[in-house]
Amino acid sequence: MGYTAVKGGLDAILAAEALISAGDGRLNAAQVGRGARLLIDQVMGEGGLYAPELAALAIAQAEGDPIEAAFLLRAYRSTLPRIGYTLPSDGRRMRVLRRISSTFKDIPGGQVLGRTRDYTQRLLDVDGRFAAKARAAAPPATAIGGEGWPVFPSVVDALREEGLVRQTTDDPTEPADITRDALRFPAPRSARLQALARGETGFMVAIGYSAQRGLGAAHPTIAELRSGELPLQIRHPLTHDPVVLGAVSLVEVEMINHTAGGVGGATIVGGEGESSERFDLGYGLAFGRNERKAIAMSIIDASMNIPSNSGPAADEEFVLSHCDALESSGFVEHLKLPHYVTFQSALDRVRFRRLAQLSAERGTRNAE
Amino acid sequence: MPPTDATNGQLPRSAFRVPRSPDALLKVEGLAKRYGRGCDRCYELTGPEHGTNECPNCGTLVACAEIGFALAPGQTLGIVGESGSGKSTVLACLYGDTAPAAGRAYLRSFEDGRRDIFDIAPGERRTLRNFQMGIVYQHPHKGLNLRISAGGNVAERLMATEWRRVADIRERAGSLLGRMEVPPSRMDDLPAFFSGGMQQRVQIAKALANGPSLLLLDELTTGLDVSVQAGVLDLIREIQAASGIAMIIVSHDLGVIRLLAERTIVMKDGRIAEAGLTDQILEDPQHPYTQLLVSSANV
Amino acid sequence: MVIDQQRDPQIPRSAFRAPRLSALAGAPEAYNYAFLDEVSKREIRRALLKAVAIPGYQVPFGAREMPIARGWGSGGLQVTLATLGPGDTLKVIDQGTDAGVNAVNIRRLVERTAPGVATTYSTAEATIIQSRHRFPEESLRADQIMVLQVPLPEPLRMVEPRESVTRQLHAEADYTRVWVHLYEDVITNGEISRASGYPVMVNGRYIMSPSPIPRWDIDKLHQSASLTLLGAGREKRIYAVPPHTNVVPLDFEDYPFRVEDFSGKRCARCGATDTYLDEIIVNGGGRLYACSDTAHCDERVSAERETRNAE
Repeated sequence: MGYTAVKGGLDAILAAEALISAGDGRLNAAQVGRGARLLIDQVMGEGGLYAPELAALAIAQAEGDPIEAAFLLRAYRSTLPRIGYTLPSDGRRMRVLRRISSTFKDIPGGQVLGRTRDYTQRLLDVDGRFAAKARAAAPPATAIGGEGWPVFPSVVDALREEGLVRQTTDDPTEPADITRDALRFPAPRSARLQALARGETGFMVAIGYSAQRGLGAAHPTIAELRSGELPLQIRHPLTHDPVVLGAVSLVEVEMINHTAGGVGGATIVGGEGESSERFDLGYGLAFGRNERKAIAMSIIDASMNIPSNSGPAADEEFVLSHCDALESSGFVEHLKLPHYVTFQSALDRVRFRRLAQLSAERGTRNAE
Repeated sequence: MPPTDATNGQLPRSAFRVPRSPDALLKVEGLAKRYGRGCDRCYELTGPEHGTNECPNCGTLVACAEIGFALAPGQTLGIVGESGSGKSTVLACLYGDTAPAAGRAYLRSFEDGRRDIFDIAPGERRTLRNFQMGIVYQHPHKGLNLRISAGGNVAERLMATEWRRVADIRERAGSLLGRMEVPPSRMDDLPAFFSGGMQQRVQIAKALANGPSLLLLDELTTGLDVSVQAGVLDLIREIQAASGIAMIIVSHDLGVIRLLAERTIVMKDGRIAEAGLTDQILEDPQHPYTQLLVSSANV
Repeated sequence: MVIDQQRDPQIPRSAFRAPRLSALAGAPEAYNYAFLDEVSKREIRRALLKAVAIPGYQVPFGAREMPIARGWGSGGLQVTLATLGPGDTLKVIDQGTDAGVNAVNIRRLVERTAPGVATTYSTAEATIIQSRHRFPEESLRADQIMVLQVPLPEPLRMVEPRESVTRQLHAEADYTRVWVHLYEDVITNGEISRASGYPVMVNGRYIMSPSPIPRWDIDKLHQSASLTLLGAGREKRIYAVPPHTNVVPLDFEDYPFRVEDFSGKRCARCGATDTYLDEIIVNGGGRLYACSDTAHCDERVSAERETRNAE
């Protein structure tokens, strides 16, 4: 008999593990922390856990695969009890390191270019000479000093005062928590924003891009992109006073969406005494400096805010059900698992039908 | 319009007065449907005497209001009016495609006519639609799934009522389609590839599948070629003669109404402008709007 | 330009110093019993209770991230981890075999994080059986729990892609579109062509996906003495079939439900003719058949050997 039941599963797994750990010359967490700042930002966002050092460790362990690293972070997070929730934080209180607006030439508080690659020339620095030159040519940086730090007024506030953007009211309902309750549709906006904030960068950018290109009504302009550090507070369990826990590095985007000809966005039916002619807003937020994702998120949010909108970006159930990196990559890659039981079942069906077809054909031929 | 005693957006009491008709198959009282925020003056500021169905106070569209009528078993009622007069809204409310803002309706074949069919649970509404009513929409894609076979569309009705033998389902669907002059050879084809007239025939077959007591026809022949229209109308007359099913026919075409309906309601700006026997309305119209309609239609 | 800046004195600069890793990270030994924290386990148990109370109804739950990938049995694993405790004996199978790589991986995780839980290949010894795509061949007892991994819990997905709509259809038991789908299938293919994951009616109320088990196993759900729990991690749904519950495959009277046909074939190892068989392509292109339930097959082989030795 040539066949025995396979029992080699465990040995094979152990051997695979050994092959992985045998890799030498790999980065350690400290090196990742110093040299792959933007990758850490992406991994923290998609992993839904703000912990730069853990993210660096995960990236090192995952050999630079951001989804695998996000996976490690999330699995680790599952083991931690939920102690509490921070108080709502207003982005206006961010310690701003960079802020730009595309809607106005100048804005109250001024444009702060900060640290960005946007206007660098993308020349591969083969022998490291460009970096040295850039350092030599830079003017001295200006530091923001004094007690506390500057608070920059929000660009959107100015538009809001003029009634050009829908007024917002504080919503007293407790926000959803998508890590505790499964998403259901239609989703409250709090759940939508949480899901998008954890969305995979590549997916988010592609979907946002599709809305911009014409699949759905999005004519976005960045009212304000600000990045910096936002302090987080919790309520003290005994005194009930707000206590600062620390700060997270964030990028926040408020996107103006103007839909020409009143295709929904610019014409929200208002209350008494309000003109209905207005811009709509989209909001995006990402950990660290993942500006690309924050911008894409704000386009998607704006697209979904238009009730009559169509296109992939406006399709809430489609976007939110498919934006999570761990869900999509997990299910796509699960095809590597053996499926021979289900395949056997399918074989049975196909063979049965072929047989039925063949005998029917034979019957026809005989009749002729 | 009678003097109103409306407050807080309530309908005037007169809206609920209907002719007493103990034998009616269907009774509708004070049916109203609004689209928009609504205010307490919507009803008093709209209607034929105001020449509008849009509330000047709040901009709400009063699609229909104060609609009351009774329909005897086997009888056919026509609802005529220009587009936007609210006639299709009446059908949509009756069939449960949309929820009315006010009103009650009783169908004798549903729980002995004791329960208001506007006030039932979604599951009950489905039972009502599957067993007691059939509808034929102007646009076939509303009434049919164009991506499943013609037979499958009729079968849907049958399977909703627990038919579980493919052979029986096919026999019943085939005979219904046959009666509607859809050739048996096309039974397994997709209605997406059918002509407009043939699609309407499939819709009618589907609507009749479970032997309902009430058939709702919404602009049945609008959009069909004249030659095709005649065939479909003949078919409806045959069904009237053979089955004794009651019908409500919504049309902007007085010719269709004259041919099929015994009684007629004329709607204007969301209200009933005039109601009565069809020939009376066509020969001796009382309301100025009906007079205009009849004289311009030249029927 | 005038810089219009206020200052926010409330928050000290020290707030912006990053916390140290050493303060955050615990060693792997510090993982909670059965990996999940107790609050999470309680939440999953609550969902399980609801699922048992409403047979076939998909209970949404806040699926946690597991150390195995979503789509690789994370839902079944969460159910198993929230269910087991010291004294339990766990059997894990994938495609019917205890030795499948994914089964091994899941078993190792439980062994690592849940001390006091024994593992076994034997169906009879197990108190909890987690499985992907198969039921064991032998009937389960009232003191055993079957946990199935579910990739796509929504049986109505084939007729309706929107969760908001399928939820409504389930609520109203409006399953006409499923029947039309099956009718069209018969018209087009001459039979209901669904191979695995065949839709079933549970307790006369909910249509349920039995997970991608072959049709062969559907009958094992019907009026089973044991409890069956189904977990979908990526889709965040838990559902259940309590013991002694009717589970009926959807079919037509004249196109009845039919299991996989293995007539004329037998297991090349144990000779069984009444089991679900794996088809194996051998060198030269020939076919060989062997039991998919390898533990069952092993037991038959060793029983036969003992009989032979005794003779």
